[in-house]
Amino acid sequence: MSDTTLEVQGLSTHFLTRAGVVRAVEDISFSVGRGRVLGLVGESGSGKSVTGFSVIGLVDPPGQIARGKILFQGRDLTKLDERELQDLRGNRIAMIFQDPMMTLNPVLRIDTQMIETVLAHDNVSREEARQRSRDALGMVGIPSPDERLVSYPHQFSGGMRQRVAIAIALLHRPDLIIADEPTTALDVTIQAQILAEVQKLAREVGTALIWITHDLSVIAGLADDIAVMYAGRIVESGSVAEVLDRPMHPYTHGLIGSVPSRNARGTRLRQIPGMTPSMLNLGPGCAFRARCARADAACAADPPQSAPSAGRTLRCFHPQLEMTA
Amino acid sequence: MSATTKDTAAPVIELRGISKRFGKSLDFAAKLAQGAKRALGGTVPNTVVRAVDNVDLTVRRGEVVGLVGESGCGKSTLGRMVAGIMPPSDGTVLFEGQDIRTFDSEQTRQAKLKVQMIFQDPYASLNPRMRVDEIVGEAPRVHRLVGPEGYDAYVDAQFRRAGLDPAYKRRYPHQFSGGQRQRIGIARALAVQPEFLVCDEAVAALDVSIQAQILNLFMDLREQLDLTYLFISHDLGVVEHLSDRVAIMYLGRIVEEASAEEIFSRANHPYTQALLAEVPRIDTRKRTFTAIKGEIPSPINPPPGCHFHPRCPHAMPICREQAPALATVAPGHRSACHLNTVG
Repeated sequence: MSDTTLEVQGLSTHFLTRAGVVRAVEDISFSVGRGRVLGLVGESGSGKSVTGFSVIGLVDPPGQIARGKILFQGRDLTKLDERELQDLRGNRIAMIFQDPMMTLNPVLRIDTQMIETVLAHDNVSREEARQRSRDALGMVGIPSPDERLVSYPHQFSGGMRQRVAIAIALLHRPDLIIADEPTTALDVTIQAQILAEVQKLAREVGTALIWITHDLSVIAGLADDIAVMYAGRIVESGSVAEVLDRPMHPYTHGLIGSVPSRNARGTRLRQIPGMTPSMLNLGPGCAFRARCARADAACAADPPQSAPSAGRTLRCFHPQLEMTA
Repeated sequence: MSATTKDTAAPVIELRGISKRFGKSLDFAAKLAQGAKRALGGTVPNTVVRAVDNVDLTVRRGEVVGLVGESGCGKSTLGRMVAGIMPPSDGTVLFEGQDIRTFDSEQTRQAKLKVQMIFQDPYASLNPRMRVDEIVGEAPRVHRLVGPEGYDAYVDAQFRRAGLDPAYKRRYPHQFSGGQRQRIGIARALAVQPEFLVCDEAVAALDVSIQAQILNLFMDLREQLDLTYLFISHDLGVVEHLSDRVAIMYLGRIVEEASAEEIFSRANHPYTQALLAEVPRIDTRKRTFTAIKGEIPSPINPPPGCHFHPRCPHAMPICREQAPALATVAPGHRSACHLNTVG
């Protein structure tokens, strides 16, 4: 097995709506290695969730993958039929959603749901499936897993539910987990517990992780690599240390500058003016140019992807190399 | 504004021993059934939630007080009592030094206008069937802050102050983005010329870049209008940036209170220390997350003594029996922990 678990090349996912084409994801490329964590950062509507759904093959009409390859351990997922995808989903690739109730069925007990997941992919006895479910609950730090197995989702707190959803994702020790804002709705102390579990998993099982979030601070502590999305494109990517300490794209600069702890107490935050553009019928050119202080006539054309240094990508005609003081 | 003027400024709001309990109100048959159960030697489960339990808090004029805590700690309930939209079960609320229970109806109306609230959800807090100029202009018209002839200009001014273009005032809330809706909520609150704003997780639902815009707006308005804020948030980064003073809540009680510098440099309470340790910071790289053990207990059945003791690394026998009092540990710094009195 190669060390690259997932490689996405030139992926475009479009939604053909009556009002026009929404290019939710446009020509993005990235890869995640075994045991590595990739942070996919962006604001609402930047296409980061659609990227996750595209990889796991859950884009519903009117959405469709228009172009590109999704190579999972060398196999192109876009070429697989539904049956083959089902074999992978929940088994080799799992997804954790922001709202754990998207994973959990409210009218079924936890044990029913977990045993079903085990039996869907493995030919084992019910008793063994139960044992594995119990172990998975223990692994995510749920106390007295035997008792909690026979509970219903509503009997858990929000943080506990998210842990159950993560336990279900772990049942088959997948090679890739796509986590879509899994800790955004949780309290700080619960978030830290879940991040601790996730780190352990990447370290011990070698699971590759795509961690989708809008929170740069979480990515800073958790991820190895980072890809910043804006209006459907990856505008900058690289190792966390490189991108956060030496950002080049004006949007990345703006995002980092907006974090309150990066500013002196009580001073005005360095805000990005304006707001994210509508994705409907987005014309050519850099989508950020209307909010960018460095934009000029050149930005009316699409900035090509460049590689300013090894392992880094950038889409900008006028990169900002110095940090804003 | 310097710290000295704030310490001596008159309090706008003073809470003394405020509590709020929520319980099921029982009808006659339910009471009878419970009575019978007790008479037969059964136990009736406690269903009263002490959302806020004996809290003292003072907010002085011109100050920004940050109120921090995790979900279910009672911070929103406390904010609602400060804003006067929820009566406390026990305790006294003093508005500008006077007990609000002694107010006549006109004084109550004035006091309520002076304290306004901004809510977390910019989707749920605006009436979807009203045009936004009506949302912003209704209260000042009803309270006769503006007559019919000056009405349009007044509403336009409110829009501009909150950073909105008055050209869009005939639109409905669904035609605006989340950040713009939050600005509408701010324009609505400011339209009645308040002196005090209670912001309940006012930026939690917004994207990072929009959050920065709204925080900047809050800071500008504070300077222009000399506003006082109670800023409720679970986001310590936001609170650190904005607040002069910070109060930390855990399960209905304030466990620590001090100036922002003091809290973020010399936190005293083990809960505050743990919270600060867990805040993800953009400057950290590839750290190992270690969590406070355990869950936040249910407020229906909080642990006896110090509510934090089941999760506290320093818990002693006394912590299981006796709730620690909020005591001064340094000038202007109060903390409720037995560690400060024992050894």
